[in-house]
Amino acid sequence: MSLADVVAPAPTARARPGAWSRLLRSELRLVFGRRRNIALLAGLAAVPLLLGTVLFVTQDSALGGQGPGFVGRVTGNGLFLVVAALFMCLPFLLPLTIGIASGEAIAGEASAGTLRYLLAVPVSRTRLLAVKAVATMAFVAAAVLAIAVVALGAGATYFGLGDITLLSGTTVPLADGVLRVTGVAAYVALSLTGLVAVGLFFSTLTEVPVGAMAATVIVAIVSAVLDTLPQLAAIHPALLTHHWLDFAEFLRLEVDWGVLGQGLAVQAAWVAIFGSLAWSRFATADVSS
Amino acid sequence: MTASPALRPAELEEITSFAVRTEGLTKRFRSGQTAVDAIDLRVPRGSVYGFLGPNGSGKTTTIRMLLGLVRPTSGAAWLLGEPMPAAGGSVLPRVGALVEGPAFHPYLTGRANLARLDASDATADPRTARRRSEDALERVGLTAAATKPYRQYSLGMKQRLGLAAALLRPRELLVLDEPTNGLDPQGTREVRILVRELADAGTTVLVSSHLLTEIEQVCSHLGIMGRGRLLLQGERGALIDRGAARVSVTTTAAHVGAAAEVLTGFGLADVTADGPTLRALLGDAAPERVSAALVRAGVDLVGLEVRRPSLEDLFVELTGEGFDVAR
Repeated sequence: MSLADVVAPAPTARARPGAWSRLLRSELRLVFGRRRNIALLAGLAAVPLLLGTVLFVTQDSALGGQGPGFVGRVTGNGLFLVVAALFMCLPFLLPLTIGIASGEAIAGEASAGTLRYLLAVPVSRTRLLAVKAVATMAFVAAAVLAIAVVALGAGATYFGLGDITLLSGTTVPLADGVLRVTGVAAYVALSLTGLVAVGLFFSTLTEVPVGAMAATVIVAIVSAVLDTLPQLAAIHPALLTHHWLDFAEFLRLEVDWGVLGQGLAVQAAWVAIFGSLAWSRFATADVSS
Repeated sequence: MTASPALRPAELEEITSFAVRTEGLTKRFRSGQTAVDAIDLRVPRGSVYGFLGPNGSGKTTTIRMLLGLVRPTSGAAWLLGEPMPAAGGSVLPRVGALVEGPAFHPYLTGRANLARLDASDATADPRTARRRSEDALERVGLTAAATKPYRQYSLGMKQRLGLAAALLRPRELLVLDEPTNGLDPQGTREVRILVRELADAGTTVLVSSHLLTEIEQVCSHLGIMGRGRLLLQGERGALIDRGAARVSVTTTAAHVGAAAEVLTGFGLADVTADGPTLRALLGDAAPERVSAALVRAGVDLVGLEVRRPSLEDLFVELTGEGFDVAR
């Protein structure tokens, strides 16, 4: 008979139903109640506004209708501003947002010293990590949503909405177009889950939130750079950022769900790997901050 | 960290009668430094245990191990009779803690910070959350500042909010690490009164400090740490008695010899003379009997003084003096 067996746990102190959602709500209030985070969302929302304004002012000049990817199509149909804005935020601004949010999640609490008090409450470490992951993802989703909604509003105001001409040249009705653009935004948000897991893992390694943020952004940039090297073609499909631009599938007449599914499967794999790493690190780490 | 394999009922009884108990608790950091070296803490239920030692003597690391924040390298710890960190989920809600100074979100108000901590307690009743946090704020005198953001708090107010967090629920055990740090003398006194009230209500309090005088008066038990080891622990009264009392007798120059004979005759040890003053260990002798004997022997008794070394003398003797950090 070991000591752990004979000393029965106290009858009191049982977790109440709803404790999970109470903690999650508190976490969401913490994330969305912070002025810096709201400023970050506002900054991201300014991107489509700025882009729309530039395109509106220059549309009748010689430069009108030019630009990479979807930018050239915006003046024809405001709906494309949503796609163009997300396209522009994907390489750097959205990874930066993830870096800030995930760096704050664990490393921020550690550097403020609040982590030791949360764990002494006690909050189980697994539960805390799960809630932090959900709240970080919610913030990233809110960032994508903010860009999309403002882009839709600005696009409609500047260029008007109408039936949408797909990449394949076919024109579909506006309602179908809105649905497809919603799909683009959803795919972009889900494509970021892998990087969120990576960011949370970095966040468990350090007490310096800026360090975790920088590391997360660097991972996204390095992944994008590796993706451009033909010599590394063999590993391209597994890269974190390789499938990010596959959202263009939604703009083809026949959406190839296989391509989208593959992109999301790669994200799921990154989430599984870095989620496990973050958990195994956080569940056993000494909290000495 | 595994507990001893076989346990007799008597041993179990022994473990559950302590609010905090550790067995060879040790923490060696990866750097090779041994922060806590095989300590056997015994904090009886209902006691106020003063956990003393200079900065860097291992008090905070010990407390972190008790609360499951840091994993011991070896040894075991029990809180309220339950093994830590295994039983943390069920035992920590009954333990209030202040660890190495207060820490809260700077942009949240005092009240919002307490709400945040309460929301993260899976065993706390959300319906009573508001009332409990108001009570805790009231108890530490922060009601008026409850709506101010934490970053605007003075050091003393931060410390008070930390205490309020520890008092969010009724606790069986409070672990207060340096609760008087940053407080002015008035604030220090208030903390002492608070600790006394809580102890009177039946809460066991483990309170650490590097300043003996700040907490000594409220403690029923003391443990003294130095360089990672628990140098001494026990009931406060017993520790005071450990320091042997000395008597000093002042007489006139002519009577020094006679007085020395009387003292030696009384069985006092270590009799030394310094001018007209004689010193000796009092031992079991009653001071009034010594003075009567001196007078009977015709010694001019100018003065007689009994001195017991204070806890402070003991503390300094054990841990060393001065401002040197222990390591």
